[in-house]
Amino acid sequence: MTNTIDTKTVKHVAFLVRLGISEEEAQKFSGQFSSIIDYFNMLNEVDTENVPPSSDIANAENVLREDVVKPSMSREEFLKNAPKSERGYVKVPTVLGEE
Amino acid sequence: MQLTNLTIREAHELLTTKKISSVELTQAMLDRIHNVDKKVKSYVTITDDPALEQAKQADERIAKGENITPLTGIPFSMKDCISTRGVRTTCSSKILENYVPQYDATVTNKLADSGAVLVGKTNMDEFGMGSSCENSALFPTHNPWDLERVPGGSSGGAAASMAASLCTFSIGEDTGGSVRMPAGFTNVTGIKPTYGRVSRYGLIALASSFDCIGPMTRDAYDCATVLEHIAGHDPHDSTTYNSPVPNYTANINKPVKGMKLGIPKEYFVAGMEAGVESAMQEAIRTYEKLGMEIHEVSLPHTKYGLPVYYLLLFAEASANLARMDGTRFGLSVSDGAKDVIDIYLKTRHEGFGD
Repeated sequence: MTNTIDTKTVKHVAFLVRLGISEEEAQKFSGQFSSIIDYFNMLNEVDTENVPPSSDIANAENVLREDVVKPSMSREEFLKNAPKSERGYVKVPTVLGEE
Repeated sequence: MQLTNLTIREAHELLTTKKISSVELTQAMLDRIHNVDKKVKSYVTITDDPALEQAKQADERIAKGENITPLTGIPFSMKDCISTRGVRTTCSSKILENYVPQYDATVTNKLADSGAVLVGKTNMDEFGMGSSCENSALFPTHNPWDLERVPGGSSGGAAASMAASLCTFSIGEDTGGSVRMPAGFTNVTGIKPTYGRVSRYGLIALASSFDCIGPMTRDAYDCATVLEHIAGHDPHDSTTYNSPVPNYTANINKPVKGMKLGIPKEYFVAGMEAGVESAMQEAIRTYEKLGMEIHEVSLPHTKYGLPVYYLLLFAEASANLARMDGTRFGLSVSDGAKDVIDIYLKTRHEGFGD
């Protein structure tokens, strides 16, 4: 089975993950996406009828602890890496659009 | 005596018998890095001054005879996805090219506590995505045995720095072969520990349910030594095991006689490089001579391993890389951005490689 992922779908997926891509990249990824999905289709031939679903291999369990206040990084230290900040906050342009 | 070629065990012996100092050893390593790494390109950042400062402190520890570990005063390099406070940590990506973490990874802390000396951070495929070290967004690393060839990846810089004697041990990270493969390509010893054995706190994640930090060294004994120092439970990483770290170095010479060694027949595929196959057969014969029982076994789902791996890897990598958005740290492209989504789009377009 061959899947074709067109450039429109590529651009849509890219926008969903907030990734800016050019027209050329959309063309390139369209071909790559299609062959990757074909590759995954190989898994459909595996019989998983009596295999219980699992979500991890390490038998991990929730790890809980008391919620205790401890010293942490200062606000000033944290903001050292922020591209823009103001009055102790990370500064970004409008978050909520008009649409 | 070539200071840069020593194993950890040899260097430790010379340090503790005061035949050499850590400052001498570290300076020899830094000199060699500055001479040789122009060709190999294994280091993204060389930490000259902090390294010599750490070496001086190690020498003081040794002089006082206090708190000496097998790693005290030993120079090491570390893959550039493991956070180092005050030292640039890039993941070999443009998006983190100038990122300087404000905190240390648990592994960084543990090695600092043991007195090991960080001489630099090593190149990798961008965010660990690749297996040749050609996918670094900064520059490719070359295999020291033949500069025309790749060192493997993604911990290619770590492996090359080890093979070119530009450190006494190196710390890599393995998601789907990223320690094991470059170790093989460069003829050094590497181990991918069991998941959860070494804390991932401060490791910039590729795929959180796979990522394992592991040592690369000149021999198995050194791997055991380093693993003893970096393994263990960490309250900052709830997937680490809460069980004691075995004494790996004490167990390393236990005879293997009578043990059973399973050889999955699916691992010998058509098109396998003849030299690789003969090296494998040679290793199997060696174990046989040491008294191991060799059994051919079958792992029939082997061929599905890779598609399953990619399916999970892409999903986890996508979730992990979402934090690179140009607002809190790392590259930020905000020129002409009309809203915050625009910053995400522009920053990632410019900052992420293909």
